[in-house]
Amino acid sequence: MAECHPVGYQWVMEARERGAKVFHVDPRFSRTSATVDRYLPIRAGTDIVLLGALINYVLANGLDFREYVLAYTNAATLVNRDFRDTEDLDGLFSGYDEETGRYDPSSWAYEGDVPEEEEPVEGGARHAEAAGSDSYGARGAGASATPPQDPTLTDPRCVYQIVKRHYARYTPEMVEELCGIPPEGFHELAEAITANSGRERTTAWVYSVGWTQHSVGVQYIRAAAILQLLLGNMGRPGGGIMALRGHASIQGSTDIPTLFNLLPGYIAMPHAHRHGGLDDYLEREGADTGWWGNRRAYVVSLLKAWWGDAATEANDYCFGYLPRLTGDHGHYASVMGQIDGTVKGYFVVGENPAVGSANGKAQRLGLANLDWLVVRDLVLVETATFWKDAPEIETGELQTEEIGTEVFFMPAASHVEKEGTFTNTQRLLQWREKALDPPGDCRSDLWFYHHLGKRIRQRLGDDDIDRPVMELTWDYPEIGAQRDPDAAAVLREINGSAADGRLLASLRELKPDGSTSCGCWIYCGVYADGVNMAARRTPHTEQGPAALEWGWAWPANRRILYNRASADPQGRPWSERKKYVYWDGTKWTGPDVPDFEEDKAPDYVPPEGAKAEHALAGTDPFIMQSDGRGWLYVPSGLSDGPLPTHYEPHESPVRNALYGQQANPARRTIDRPENPYNPALSPRFPYVYTTSRLTEHHTTGAMSRPLPYLAELQPEAFCEMSREMAGELGLDNGDWATIVTARTAIELRVLVTGRVRPLRLNGKVVHQIVMPYHWGYSSGGLITGDIVNDLPSIVLDPNVYIQESKAGTCDVLPGRRPRGPALLDLTERYRHG
Amino acid sequence: MGGGWLSRWPVIRQLRGEDGRGRAARSARTDALRPRVEEAETVARSVCPYCAVGCGQLVYVKDGKVTQIEGDPASPISRGRLCPKGSASKQLVTHPGRQTTVLYRRPYGTEWEPLDLETAMDMIADRVVRTRRETWQQTHEGQEVRRTLGIASLGGATLDNEENYLMKKLYTALGAIQVENQARI
Repeated sequence: MAECHPVGYQWVMEARERGAKVFHVDPRFSRTSATVDRYLPIRAGTDIVLLGALINYVLANGLDFREYVLAYTNAATLVNRDFRDTEDLDGLFSGYDEETGRYDPSSWAYEGDVPEEEEPVEGGARHAEAAGSDSYGARGAGASATPPQDPTLTDPRCVYQIVKRHYARYTPEMVEELCGIPPEGFHELAEAITANSGRERTTAWVYSVGWTQHSVGVQYIRAAAILQLLLGNMGRPGGGIMALRGHASIQGSTDIPTLFNLLPGYIAMPHAHRHGGLDDYLEREGADTGWWGNRRAYVVSLLKAWWGDAATEANDYCFGYLPRLTGDHGHYASVMGQIDGTVKGYFVVGENPAVGSANGKAQRLGLANLDWLVVRDLVLVETATFWKDAPEIETGELQTEEIGTEVFFMPAASHVEKEGTFTNTQRLLQWREKALDPPGDCRSDLWFYHHLGKRIRQRLGDDDIDRPVMELTWDYPEIGAQRDPDAAAVLREINGSAADGRLLASLRELKPDGSTSCGCWIYCGVYADGVNMAARRTPHTEQGPAALEWGWAWPANRRILYNRASADPQGRPWSERKKYVYWDGTKWTGPDVPDFEEDKAPDYVPPEGAKAEHALAGTDPFIMQSDGRGWLYVPSGLSDGPLPTHYEPHESPVRNALYGQQANPARRTIDRPENPYNPALSPRFPYVYTTSRLTEHHTTGAMSRPLPYLAELQPEAFCEMSREMAGELGLDNGDWATIVTARTAIELRVLVTGRVRPLRLNGKVVHQIVMPYHWGYSSGGLITGDIVNDLPSIVLDPNVYIQESKAGTCDVLPGRRPRGPALLDLTERYRHG
Repeated sequence: MGGGWLSRWPVIRQLRGEDGRGRAARSARTDALRPRVEEAETVARSVCPYCAVGCGQLVYVKDGKVTQIEGDPASPISRGRLCPKGSASKQLVTHPGRQTTVLYRRPYGTEWEPLDLETAMDMIADRVVRTRRETWQQTHEGQEVRRTLGIASLGGATLDNEENYLMKKLYTALGAIQVENQARI
């Protein structure tokens, strides 16, 4: 955090000065490690062992916050009799199909929940493929908000007992054997987090892509969620799980998603084999209880925002205009489509996959097989110039004169040359004022897509396939000599309005009958009463610590999600010290906006048959969930199991000591010649690698390597290794080394330090190397270097299709890599050696 | 400040026992120095474009040029602080390596060529329309899909919400479903 989010880290330092104890668990020693109470180095790819052992420590010692757990989690809920745990099946859950490598999750359901009807044979597997985890908190149509429970927590089929059995084998000894963390380090951590949780205290966890870029990444976060729920640390000040995200508005681009499987506000894209018309889609895609029960209002309002008067009740509000998914259409699937020639045109906008995505060679081979490519960026990034300076030109795999890709480089406006909002890592929207016009041909992406859309519409006719484009609302006012579309008008469309044009103040005003429009339901209220709330700038010195008048956080300007849980079931603060949102006898109040209906009393009991939020009791804080509870156990929505389970990375030098199952059985592999894998446990690839960032650089370097200050501060790509490893290889600090995987080999300077430590696992020493990935061959860079992301393979988490780039295996050779075709000979030898 | 030039010389004052910092370190020259930001004609309230913390920035402009970017002390997130990248962001918007004209590489070409912005926009629109029509899928395995797998898009995490919104809206209407960004990696 100190390294990659330095200014956010000032708050951790302030907390530490006030007595907070700070731990850092990371394979690499960074600026964070240097400033904490205890640094615990860990083998990359083993965090679920550590988190599972902490869960086990809490449960075995009765240290859970029992009143919170009973009232606010699904600990007491009973699970289907057919469920079998990894304890029963040596690392598999019930429902696994060896042939397809997929789970049928129906046996994971709560008792009494009706498993979804059997889908047609052809569509069954495909459903699981289309990112089935988007119906957050849902358990299928008709599920009750109050499933059967055992409040004594003794029934062997209740969630509490299942979780307890599942983690019983996650012991400090396993932590030592698999993670390389000695027992005294584990106990110090376990004692600290349990001593600092409960009524009077809270503990927070912070993570970044070190937890997500794994073939079991979603379950890393789930493991932290279980721990935090057991300790009562969710929805309370100083608690939570903070995802530190890596780009200025990566949160915004997830909320208003340029992502294949989502529509704005986490609404699932419709699936051809799963959904018919709007009614069918709404029935299948979410719960009737909890706030998702209002999804018809969210979806219809979105369709009205996009197709305006053309969207009517009679035509399903143009729901049929939405294209349908049939499987994984994610980034890596698109790249394979490029190599196969099905993807012909590609827009790359402020991203640089030739350097930033896993298996860079596959990325560039895809680029070289396009008909046309549009790159929009501040500088000539590697993705734009691959046709003349990619590593494959040097090896002879590609020749400039034989690459048929037509490339348009469109220079972009910088952040000061346009106005609009970023959404930061805490869901906060902040409006940026425009300082000046962009130079030359540089234009904002708003300008580009607005004018591109206008031109496309001029070229289309009244053909049926053109109607969704021709009827699209696309009449944004243009400003100034460059005819910039008015970003505030776009934000107003996102906010939503009533039929009379009045801007909506709250998502509660959204209607399912087509009388409201709203481009992103969770952003409704950002332009309440015609005021750009994201542009508010009351200084922190003039308001309280929640700073509600600086920008605007979704939803409804709530700063801590699920903050109803900061009070006890009766609505009283858990303690005076941790007082936040509470019931004052007539309403919920406190320094934040309550994440609850303001007037729903703690003793509210839903009437029979109640829907949406009305189906949740006054004691149900997790209002997006169909049962209002925090889920220790996830009965539906995940592709690889209801409970986090340790699996080794796809490429690992270590056998899974916990189960016979070595790697995540549901992980997605791409078995193609462009994407060869290092075999697990292979002596050819004895070292573990992980990748990282540095304070002085940003992602692929396009926003940092061309800047003299930053280039001078961190001039050269390197790999960091321990003195012991360097000694074994005969390497000195500053030498060159060649890093080899089955994909390729790259050369880096060697940084030899005592910061990276050899890990002793079950008597065997495992060395790790750490490589920052900011370098490439161009990007207007004052400094260049080999591309670290050429090393990882493409193997994906089955829920979200994120690649496992934080834990892989490699070999390290002293000296520089071979040049030209000799490089191919080297990797060929490793593939077959 | 009284006395001759010698007594005002900081070294002399420091030798006399005044604190070496603050006033004692000032000379006539430093007294005459003015901050760049003082001469700015406009100041825009902005947000740092690097990581997702969202530090406040103040962008100072004079004569149509960015003269300085500093942390915004009013921000409850950053309280005026910026990291090395945020502090260097004036260079990000002004460095000479920035590409400010459209470039075109024709198929099998070996060099970039200049291209007029309006022409480039027309050419891109032509290609979208053509590729979409050539790769249109009305049905797939018996189900209506109304889409094209011929066009893909990547990027969004460095852009504004409003920009992502127009992208998703336009692509979806066109039937282009392979729309992705950095959140996937």
